[in-house]
Amino acid sequence: MHGVRMEQTMKSKTLTLLALGAALIAGSIAAPAMAQRDPAYAAARANGSVGERTNGYLGIVGPATPELQRLVDDINNQRREVYAQRAQAEGATLEQYALTAGCLAIARTTPGEKYQAPDGSWQTRTAAAPLRDPRCP
Amino acid sequence: MTTADLTCGARQAHKVPMQGHWMKRMRVLVLMAGLPMLAGCVTVNAPSEPIVIELNVNITQEVIYRLAEDAGNTIDENASIF
Repeated sequence: MHGVRMEQTMKSKTLTLLALGAALIAGSIAAPAMAQRDPAYAAARANGSVGERTNGYLGIVGPATPELQRLVDDINNQRREVYAQRAQAEGATLEQYALTAGCLAIARTTPGEKYQAPDGSWQTRTAAAPLRDPRCP
Repeated sequence: MTTADLTCGARQAHKVPMQGHWMKRMRVLVLMAGLPMLAGCVTVNAPSEPIVIELNVNITQEVIYRLAEDAGNTIDENASIF
């Protein structure tokens, strides 16, 4: 009787440990994916010095400084890499995928942020829907 | 006048106008051949910049709609760069 109970306790302990381990692994995988924007990037978006372009990349809205240029180039290089990987997986071209992402990135801007309208002009996002390419979903 | 003088003279009088006639014809032919070539060169230069716009327009709405779901996930999964 005692032996059986011991075995059961051991089993439930092992299960608890396994569950804990799984949760930890899941957490560590999810953590980098959900990572927040770099503070400098978040600030540049908030003050409107950078905006979302129609082609799926970030653009400098006002006068360019070397610091802003570096920030934008760095993010755009990372975006291009991701676009290229996903475009290949989806059997699309880099430009097709980037344009699609651009549609969505503009749709997801928050009021006060800058985005590029189809005519190429920079707009400030309001509570209303942004001006987007008619092909955008 | 000898017979030779008569024949040579006659031959020359015949030859000169004939040569001139042919030269004129050749000139007209060269000119006529050159004109359409010139006209062709001018039209070749026409398309230069509009091609860039064409490439972007070639991305159809159908393609964008197909990619939209995946692109949305990509943005979610790479939130730090979007």
